[in-house]
Parts: sequence; C-alpha cells; structure tokens
Amino acid sequence: MSLTTDLSQTAAPSSGKASRKHGRPAGPPTEAQAPRRRTRQRRERIFQWLFLVPAVVYMALFFGYPVVKNVVMSFQDYTTATFFTGEAPWVGLANYVTVLSSSLFSTSLLNTALFTIGSILGQFVIGLALAIFFQRKFPLNGILRSLLLLPWLLPLIVSSAVWRWILDKDSGALNRFLGDLGVINTGVPWLTSTSLALIAVVGVNIWIGIPFNLTILYGGLQEIPDELYEAGSLDGATGWKAFRHITWPMLRPVVSVVLVLGVVYTLKVLDIILGLTNGGPANSTQTIATQSYDLSFHEFKFGEGAALGNVLVIISLVFAVLYLRASRRAVDE
Amino acid sequence: MTTVLKAPTLRPSRANAPASNRKNWGYTALAIFFLAIMLFPVYWMINASLQPNGTTLETSWLPLKPDFTGYATAITEQARNLGTSLIISLGSVALSLAIAAPAAYALAYFKVRGAGIVLFAILISQMIPGIVVANALYTAYNDLGLLNSIPGLILADSAHGIPFAILIIRAFMNGMPASVIEAARVDGAGHVRAFWSIVIPLSRNSLITAGLFTFLFAWSDFLFALTLTTTEAVRPVTLGIFQYIGAYVNDWSSVMATAVLASIPAIVLLVAAQKYIAAGTTGGAVK
Repeated sequence: MSLTTDLSQTAAPSSGKASRKHGRPAGPPTEAQAPRRRTRQRRERIFQWLFLVPAVVYMALFFGYPVVKNVVMSFQDYTTATFFTGEAPWVGLANYVTVLSSSLFSTSLLNTALFTIGSILGQFVIGLALAIFFQRKFPLNGILRSLLLLPWLLPLIVSSAVWRWILDKDSGALNRFLGDLGVINTGVPWLTSTSLALIAVVGVNIWIGIPFNLTILYGGLQEIPDELYEAGSLDGATGWKAFRHITWPMLRPVVSVVLVLGVVYTLKVLDIILGLTNGGPANSTQTIATQSYDLSFHEFKFGEGAALGNVLVIISLVFAVLYLRASRRAVDE
Repeated sequence: MTTVLKAPTLRPSRANAPASNRKNWGYTALAIFFLAIMLFPVYWMINASLQPNGTTLETSWLPLKPDFTGYATAITEQARNLGTSLIISLGSVALSLAIAAPAAYALAYFKVRGAGIVLFAILISQMIPGIVVANALYTAYNDLGLLNSIPGLILADSAHGIPFAILIIRAFMNGMPASVIEAARVDGAGHVRAFWSIVIPLSRNSLITAGLFTFLFAWSDFLFALTLTTTEAVRPVTLGIFQYIGAYVNDWSSVMATAVLASIPAIVLLVAAQKYIAAGTTGGAVK
C-alpha cells in the first residue's frame, strides 16, 4: 500500500507510454545503451499489441469478413447450387437490378421507413416523458425505474410470442379488454390485417424500446446542474418554459445520440417482425432486413439477399456518419 | 454517477418532509401504474403459462387455479433446447471476456498505436445488420462444417457481446490508476502477470457487468440460431419458441411456459444483479 502511494507521486503524472519512455530511474542513457533500448521498446510494443490481437482477429473475422464477403456475393449468382459445385458466376450488377426494380423493394423500403420512424418517435416521446417523470423524488423511485428495464432485457422472440398471444384476434387480451370496455364488437385482426399489422408491430417495438430511451435520457437529465433551474426560476422560467429553455438545450447531445442509435438499431430489427408476422400478411410488414433474410434463407438466392443487405448497410452508414458527428458534438459540449 | 448528483438536491426538500412526503407517495402510485402497464405483457405471459391446456379460448385474468401442464409440456419438449442455450451462452461469456478483457486493457492502459482505429471499427461494427453477417457466415460455416454446431454458435453469438464488452471494460479501466500497475511492473511482474493478478481483480465489477450482458445477448440470440442451424441437432430455445409460434398455435399455455423459462435469466439478473445491469445500460450507450 505504501509502495503504491509513494510511486503514484512520482509516476502518476506520466502515466501510460510517457512513463516508459522517460520515466526510467536509470539516469541519462549513454550512446551504447540507445540501440538496445530501442529494441526493448519495440519488443515492449509488440507485447502490448498481443493483448489486442485476439479482439482484432475476431472483429476481422466476424464483422470485416462478412461485409467484404457480402459485397463479393452481391455481384455473384450465388445459389444453393454454389454449395455443390463451388461455382458462383460473376453477374455484375444483375442482383442489384433485380432487387431494386422488384415491386417488393418499394414496399419494404416504405415499411422500413414507417417502422423506423414510428418506433423511434414513440419510444423517444414516451421514454422522455417517463424520464422527466422519474426526475421527481418519490419513494421507491429507483426500484420502479429499474423494473421498467425488463421489457428490454427479455429475449425479443419471447416478447414476440407474448405479444402474439395478447394481440390474437379471437382470444387475445387486448381485444377482450377493448370488448369489455365496449369499444369494439368483434375481434380486431391486429396481426392478420394488411392495414393494421405494421401499426401493431411498431407498437410492440415501441414497448421494447421505451426502457432504453428512458434510461439514457434519465441519465442525461441527471447531468443537468440544478443551479440552472434555480437561476431559471428566479427569471421566471418554470414548467414548460424551463423545459424549453434549459432542459432541451442541455439534453440535445444526449438526444441526438439516443435518436441515431435508435435508428441504427431499428433498421436492423428482424426478430420482432419474424416472430410477430413473419413479414406478412401479404408483405405488409416486410422490411429490407426481413426481405434480405427471405431471399437468402428461403429462396436461397444468396446473391440477391447480399445485395439487399448491402443496401441496408448503406442506409445504416448514412446514419453512422450522423452518429459520429452527434457523439463528437456530445464530447465537445 | 447519478447518485452522487442526486445527493445534494435531497437536502433542501427534507426540510418540509411531512408535507411533501404524502404528495410523493402519490407519484409512487403513478409510477406503479406506469410500471403495471409496461409489465402487463410479462404478467400475461406468466398468467397464460398457468392456464390449463387446450381450453385457450378464454384465458382468465387471474391464475386462480394454476395448472402446470404447460410447464410439463415445455420441459419435455424444450429442456434440451434450454440446455443448448445455456451451454452456448456460457461459452459465449467465456470467449467474449477472454477476448475483450485483454483488448480493453491494451486500449485503456497501453494506448497502443492504432487504438483509435480499433475503437472506430467497434463503433462501426454496431451499424452492420445481423442479416449481413449471417448471410456471409452461412456460406463460410457451410465450408468449414460449423453449421449445426455449438462452437459455431458460440463464435457467432459472441459478435453481440465482444464489441459491447470491450467498450464497457475499457471505460472502467480508463479510470484505473496507472500507478498500481506500474508498481507491480517495477516489482518485476511481467505483462501477463500484472494483467492477471492486478488488472483483472481490480476490474471485477466491469467484468461482471460485461459477462452478464454477454450472457443475455447470447441467450436472446435468434438470428444466428435461425440461420446457422438447419437440423434439430443444435437448437437454442429461442428457435424452439419460434417453431412453436411459426405454426398455428392451439396450446398457448406451453408456449407461454417456454417463454417464461426463457425469460428466467433476464428476470433473475434484473433482480439479483441490478447494480451491474444499471451500469451496463448507461455505459454501453454513451460510447
């Protein structure tokens, strides 16, 4: 213990690389020592890198390789036959042309947009409202808030199964509840009507995303110093005015991170849709992600599935740029 | 972090405690109301799992006469799949921590050249849709004979956990005093020993947080289970549930019983390891 504190006084300011370069107690190096030290430094650096190597290899194999492979596959006629013959003829942009010109693409693109915008909007607004509500001091606040995380921690396929049963047309809990209230006379086909299925899927996804939004926004709200509100209240800024002029501007960096992360995660969603509707009825909940899955793993047109997957990557990348800019702004502010 | 900020603001409100306390319990009631709405599906899952088999037309609102036939069916049909999920999840935790902890150490403490690029790659990896990874992995796994195998799924499922674990552990190690490690090094400990006997014990909390989330990620995985298995040989429980609901369901009580069993890790962790879960939720998103 005493050794630690003693050392921290001499070595702490020059932590990390600096201390290894200059912090040697051996005194000034002589001419002869210099080359040996350089090799030792190099060996040291290689050793340090070894700690990172497994992670780099893993990331290269399970993220880098799939992205590259997907780009290659998207230019090939890659089907079930490929697995037997090993041949995947080069077809240029044919996969992209097929995929982008199919009538299903515009449906999936529109559904992806509606699904993403609807989910994010609902999650964010309800999450923010709950985060503001939980800013108040009341008994059991912490426990109740952490229990709210549960929907987010459950396996998505479990949530899908439960909601399928709740939204069931004939004996689902929602229809029975609405029936008991006298709002409806016959069962609403939440998941089996082409006009309602997407709304229902968005609703379930909002339910799943609220805890995440609540937690992050709550954290952001906690970071706003109380003095600002005190100063604001002296100037007459309370309630909505305080929210508009103090809370919102201070929360902006967190908001942009939450929104962009939300978009990036929602674009990829597959489990919920497959579990609830499997993309149906009549493709009314088909998104780019589910269609890409369908092309590859049901129709075994891996080339076309890859092409569509790449379209999704490009859309995500646009938001990735936004995300990086947003998080940089969050760091700056 | 939040508790530190909360502490000073509590003091002034304590002055008029008797008057405000009654009002505050009103907020508690409102919060319980919100919680009840949000957790209704979880209640409904448990309620439906305790209903008698077959007579699913009218599920009663309360499980007044709990019936465990749903669980009996679920356990006979899904016990094997639950075991598969457990093995895969534990394997993924071990692999993820073994890869992520040294990497986080290198990124936080050594600040090696290229660390920025690695961090950037981790961020970008979060944007890659799972279906893109699955699409390419399927063909590679097919060539390597990794389809329908537990090692194959452990490797793939760790894609959910490793980037997250690196970020969480690194964020923690950034705050670790360098002097402690340097002291050990001066005492003659090699890099591996300093890492193993100083860094790892000191980072216990972040390792637990990362491990718990990695477990949940692998346990919840559906996409890789769906795409990288083609037979019944290796079948995680998420896929078992999907198969149940893929066809017309006439026995919801055993589906819901399976869903309850598959939710146990999340529920147990939320109750028993709340501190770590809270740390993970905020830590993962800020990055």
